[in-house]
Amino acid sequence: MICQECGKKPATLHFTKIVGGEKTEFHICEACARERGEGIPGTANGFSIHSLLSGLLDFDPSGTSGSAGTKPCPVIRCDECGFTYAQFSKIGRFGCSACYKHFSDKLDPLLKRVHGSTVHTGKIPKRSGGQLQNKRELDQLRRELYDRIEQEEFESAAQIRDRIRELERKIAEL
Amino acid sequence: MKSHRFSEQALSDWMKGDGPESDIVISSRIRIARNLNHHPFPLLATKEQSLEVMEQLAAIGASGKLEPIGHFDTIVLSDLTELEKRVLVEKHLISPNLANESRGGAFILSDNESVSIMINEEDHLRIQCLYPGFQIQEAWTLANRIDDIFEAETEYAFDEKRGYLTTCPTNVGTGIRVSIMVHLPALVLSSQINRILQAVTQVGLAVRGLYGEGSEALGNVFQISNQITLGQSESEIIDNLYSVAKQIIEHEKAARIRLLAESKLRIEDRVKRSYGILSYAAIMDTKEAAQRLSDVRLGVDLGLLDNITPQVMNELMIMTQPGFLQQVFKETMNAEQRDYRRAELIRKQLRSQMEHGGA
Repeated sequence: MICQECGKKPATLHFTKIVGGEKTEFHICEACARERGEGIPGTANGFSIHSLLSGLLDFDPSGTSGSAGTKPCPVIRCDECGFTYAQFSKIGRFGCSACYKHFSDKLDPLLKRVHGSTVHTGKIPKRSGGQLQNKRELDQLRRELYDRIEQEEFESAAQIRDRIRELERKIAEL
Repeated sequence: MKSHRFSEQALSDWMKGDGPESDIVISSRIRIARNLNHHPFPLLATKEQSLEVMEQLAAIGASGKLEPIGHFDTIVLSDLTELEKRVLVEKHLISPNLANESRGGAFILSDNESVSIMINEEDHLRIQCLYPGFQIQEAWTLANRIDDIFEAETEYAFDEKRGYLTTCPTNVGTGIRVSIMVHLPALVLSSQINRILQAVTQVGLAVRGLYGEGSEALGNVFQISNQITLGQSESEIIDNLYSVAKQIIEHEKAARIRLLAESKLRIEDRVKRSYGILSYAAIMDTKEAAQRLSDVRLGVDLGLLDNITPQVMNELMIMTQPGFLQQVFKETMNAEQRDYRRAELIRKQLRSQMEHGGA
């Protein structure tokens, strides 16, 4: 096989690059590879996250004997839909929203690798995210309360205190 | 069976509009993935459970709550022929996944086809907004508004720590996918494209071909989208893609100017050859059509060809896809017949452009 770049020397480096499921094959000679100055392109970052997903899922950061108290290979199963962790790691898809809770311990390394993070910081739905919104509101109200007391506006401080109590009750109920 | 308006014309109404940077950015898209709480994801749902989800979400679509945005129709996948589904995929109105693999699949489509809300795709709900040109912020504003409307009527699967829960862990968090479709002929011609695309993947973005995952970059059209959905807010994700896209646009512009300055004659020759071939060839396969149409589009953008509107290229890119071609000629065809008909269609369109002076 002749090098794709120069078309003269025989190709000695062969690599397949898969980006987002799109496969590109390169066959080039060493001189051209050096000239491109990128070593072997694609190996560091040009992979499909989808195809690597199941590989990542089997990844155990603590080693096989890391977590104390757990027996080797316990079957982790989602109570709500019956999906097992083994099934999840095979197809890379969850069965239902409760799977996230049941597989939670194992998800951090995976999410860290896919997204570089494990915690959501974006939009919050008004309804199902109510608890989170309540907490954020509670913090806000407490800050306001201190301000009012400092400025000796006791009447409005009392109103805020009542709202704080109401919110605390709501959070406790949920 | 009644014929749907979406299968009659190749260009959706939204595509006829002009957007910023539309000589390079063909379209901007936002897609958000949502699921309903206490319902198994479509992957595990039984036929009955899927239909229940479909009814619940379709009812919101039919409730008039979306009316302030525009008029919407709900279309159930099982009512469509295979060909109609294919045309919808070619127009990017539904995903291949919804067309081929969904159980209880449906979509709620706006009149101008700018909004398509898919039900029982990989997730229960996928809200897609398409805008012409470089308008990702505008697309997000609309998608966010539609998300609020659905959220008010139903209970989403949401977790304080993980955000919006999705079937695939690659979408969890914000569930947002921002993408732009860009035509980058000058970067391809000047062999800069690989270097640039590689840099793009390094900052957490993905590059794909015209028809999404696994598709080839036909006609120098690339889709650039975010890969990360968790740990960044929606506006951070949008800003990131925006600034990277902005740089790619600048590179493409610079490459076009350089092409004109350094090899105007050769470019003119290439563009006009392609125009000549498209105007007279009797057989034209998808790949060649895409490449030649890309050349002609570049010629129009560089002012080397008159009498052709940029839109006709966008239109022909879609019209010459296998599904649409069979829709236009109202017959099923094998690949060879399609190549023949494709050439015929392109000749006809280009001729009518000539006669109307590009108007």
